[in-house]
Amino acid sequence: MNRDLRAGIYDALPLHLGVVPFALVTGIAAAEAGLTSVQAVGMSVLVFAGASQLAALELLGETAPIVVVVGTAVVINLRMLMYSASIAPYFADYRQRTRAFLAYFLTDQAYAMAIAEYGDEGDRDERSYYLGVGVSIWAVWIVGTFVGVVVGAGVPESWGLSFAVPLVFLAILVPAMKGRPRTVAAAVGGTVAVVAAGLPFNLGLLAGALSGIAAGVLSEEVSR
Amino acid sequence: MTEHGPVAIWGAIVAIGVATFAIRLSFIYLFGQINAVPPRVRLALRFVPPAVLAALVAPALVTLGPTIQATLLDERLLAGLAAGAVAWRTENVFATIGVGMAALWTFRFLVF
Repeated sequence: MNRDLRAGIYDALPLHLGVVPFALVTGIAAAEAGLTSVQAVGMSVLVFAGASQLAALELLGETAPIVVVVGTAVVINLRMLMYSASIAPYFADYRQRTRAFLAYFLTDQAYAMAIAEYGDEGDRDERSYYLGVGVSIWAVWIVGTFVGVVVGAGVPESWGLSFAVPLVFLAILVPAMKGRPRTVAAAVGGTVAVVAAGLPFNLGLLAGALSGIAAGVLSEEVSR
Repeated sequence: MTEHGPVAIWGAIVAIGVATFAIRLSFIYLFGQINAVPPRVRLALRFVPPAVLAALVAPALVTLGPTIQATLLDERLLAGLAAGAVAWRTENVFATIGVGMAALWTFRFLVF
């Protein structure tokens, strides 16, 4: 195993600690939504994006229209456009097929680690380091989902294990609320989602997300 | 429990998967720069995480009840507030889940 690949895996270890509960909860949510273990793991392989998977699972569990399920998940993953644009220059020299392979492993965590590392040092092999972070996170994600769906199917309803889902989001949300515009985006997004919870086709989440984004942009422009 | 059949579920999974991969590949494929994203779009994308996460969290903690008291004295909201305080202090996912679940069980089985 080459040095840079190993460095990527090593640097990702603390991240794995955060991925484990997230993956377990996603598996549990899949079981509670009524997915089979094959569907749950299949989703983790094909989508490989936790927040969107959890949102999709919640909507699937409520038998929301498939268009709403897909639309909501895609809006949540739009943020990765930004990562793709930002990391693209580092991958520009690789062949088309290699770039497609690298793109599959692009997550919040892999992006953040890789960009920080590329800025730091000149002699890292970009591909190896990135794959060390990305593939190790992927492996934890897949195994964690599988364990979660198996465990989740056997726990009594009254324990309310599905409550762990919003708790995971809360744990990511709080550090994401840095600065006033982001806090405004969260406050408006949350409030609208609560008020719009009764909307038909489970459109409350989408309505909350879009109005939160709009409010964040407005707040940013006002404060300039 | 979902009432969708396997075809609808797999359809949703594949559609989300393909769209998500297209998003990931977009600029890596075009090997553009971050400057290629229009500034307004870039600004909007910055607010996707807080807005989406809050829209996911809030309805799971708060259900508008007939009275203010019924809305506020909800085991999920109280447990969520405890977990939120832990998230703010520690920024640790495990600790947040642990305290949140413990608080939920305390309210559910011992208090209410």
